[in-house]
Amino acid sequence: MIEAVGLTKRYGDKTAVYNLSFQVRPGSVTGFLGPNGSGKSTTMRMILGLDNPSAGQVTIGGYPYRKLPNAPRQVGALLDAKAVHGGRHARNHLLCLAQLSGIPARRVDEVLGVVGLQDVARKRSKGFSLGMGQRLGIAAALLGDPQVLLFDEPVNGLDPEGILWVRNLMKSLAAEGRTVFVSSHLMSEMALTADHLIVIGRGQMLADMSIGDFISHNSADFARVRTPDTDPQQREKLTAALTEAGGQVLPEQDGALRVTGLPLPRISDLAHGADVRLWELSPHQASLEEAYMRMTQGAVDYRSTIDQRAGLQQELQPGMMPPQQMPVPGQGQPGWYAPPPPQQGGQPFAMPQGQPPAGPYGAPAAPGGGEPNPYAQAAPARPSAAPELTKPEDAR
Amino acid sequence: MAATQVVRSEWTKIRSVASTVWTLSLAAVVTIALGMLISLLSKNEFDTMSRQDRLSFDPTFISFAGMSLGQLAMIVFGVLVVSNEYSTGMIRTSLAAVPQRGTFLFSKIAVATGLAFVVALATSFVAFFLGQAMLGSHRASIGDPGVLRAVIGGGLYMTLIAVFSMGVATMLRSPMLSLGILMPFFFLISAILGNVDATKKIGRYLPDQAGNKIMQVVTPVDDDTPYGPWGGLGIMVLWVVVAVAGGYALLKKRDA
Repeated sequence: MIEAVGLTKRYGDKTAVYNLSFQVRPGSVTGFLGPNGSGKSTTMRMILGLDNPSAGQVTIGGYPYRKLPNAPRQVGALLDAKAVHGGRHARNHLLCLAQLSGIPARRVDEVLGVVGLQDVARKRSKGFSLGMGQRLGIAAALLGDPQVLLFDEPVNGLDPEGILWVRNLMKSLAAEGRTVFVSSHLMSEMALTADHLIVIGRGQMLADMSIGDFISHNSADFARVRTPDTDPQQREKLTAALTEAGGQVLPEQDGALRVTGLPLPRISDLAHGADVRLWELSPHQASLEEAYMRMTQGAVDYRSTIDQRAGLQQELQPGMMPPQQMPVPGQGQPGWYAPPPPQQGGQPFAMPQGQPPAGPYGAPAAPGGGEPNPYAQAAPARPSAAPELTKPEDAR
Repeated sequence: MAATQVVRSEWTKIRSVASTVWTLSLAAVVTIALGMLISLLSKNEFDTMSRQDRLSFDPTFISFAGMSLGQLAMIVFGVLVVSNEYSTGMIRTSLAAVPQRGTFLFSKIAVATGLAFVVALATSFVAFFLGQAMLGSHRASIGDPGVLRAVIGGGLYMTLIAVFSMGVATMLRSPMLSLGILMPFFFLISAILGNVDATKKIGRYLPDQAGNKIMQVVTPVDDDTPYGPWGGLGIMVLWVVVAVAGGYALLKKRDA
């Protein structure tokens, strides 16, 4: 078990990590999420005793890492896949790590087989691809058959087969009762791998909860409803009926409606009652990505701006029409990933007022998440719209 | 963590990179070849030398003349052994595996020093014998007083140069920065300080000039150096101890 108490790290006057307290428990995969520069790697380095905390402490099995007896046999870590001497071949790299903790050379060949690098064991790691480097790093982490494993971005650069392999590896390690702590940017991957999430932003704790709780706390599931394009009045009629029944309706750019707060059968009934035909009525479950984006929007340090291409664009020939600019979902629209809060008052991380989502389609729901679909059965109607929401009438 | 495990691991590290072989063999070849060349030239010039120069003529020391260049390869060896870890990022993996940073550093330095000593001592003996062969009738014999001390001292000198570089590289971490400071220091600055009268008295306390003394058998006529061969080596050892201690203090305190 990894336990951090009030962990803080300052570099000069910049605080990289502030007052983090969390536990990483054995027997499950704990995902560690946060935007770039949010302090994930710093936290990992402090866990491994590489960086000294400015305040607070972090222990593994009750010991600070530097006091841990025979640390390599208890803790395995992959921090940076490129952190190997390129001129040394893979087997020797692992061999020197194995010898540190008295692990026999036989084990080196074992882990090389486990990560699938046995054929390049005597090749210099300089020529390795990023994916091969990751495999070598994972091999190093597995070397001592440790009870606690830390992986910083383990699937970076891996091929789909490798990603699947890492996913199953993490799960099986956790199933053996080990403590597995994984950071990643790949939300869909995390949704499939992790049981528990720790989310930080700007060095501070944003969430520490199970992945199911995280998604349901930080996103809303919605239904997409489409009325016949040929008859805009039908859409307005349905909007009015749904709003009256306590649902929240947001128009999407292509004319579909995003409805929250009403179960699917009820939407169908209301449409039937209002004599509106439906072309589409589909449930959309929020993905971990949406939930994550929603939560960390306020904590992103490095945000892209729209590329103005000043002075780079060709002069238009007279008479030519400028190409039509289609907005790309998410670009320069901070509110894009913020569907309305599912419950009033139940929002620990209320987002700033965003414009209603505009774009061809919502972000596709990633598979998994483990939440039962709230639209599948007639759930009680959700509380009425949050007051700060833009009313559909205003949006149009 | 047993230090023997760390030592064995460091041995695997050092023997599995090409730079070890390159730098050490370069150090040996340059030292020996240049020593032979200068010995040959000295033999041919002996008859035209002044009386004072003939009195100061030190065949043993002349056969080690190649060390002024050969030591540069030793510096590269010492720097790379340590700073490889930093430039590749391997230091994180290493320190995560050996949280006891003192054990890590001293095992690394011990292994590299041992290897450097073996190479340097062999180089020193070969340079001596081949150099004497070039000197012909002016040669010294290994049995002459002080000669064996000088030959072994030559091995110690080169070893200490490498260890000093390891200490400096531990402090500075970057290979380019370390080499950028050490190379000009030993190749230019020390020589300049030692040859200008005003700075001579300071210059002779620099590590290489003090350490050089161990390789002298014949004291130059007008020599007023206040220390003997072993005194000089002692001064050099002090420099090395300071460099390594500085590196250790920084490594222990600093974030990896």
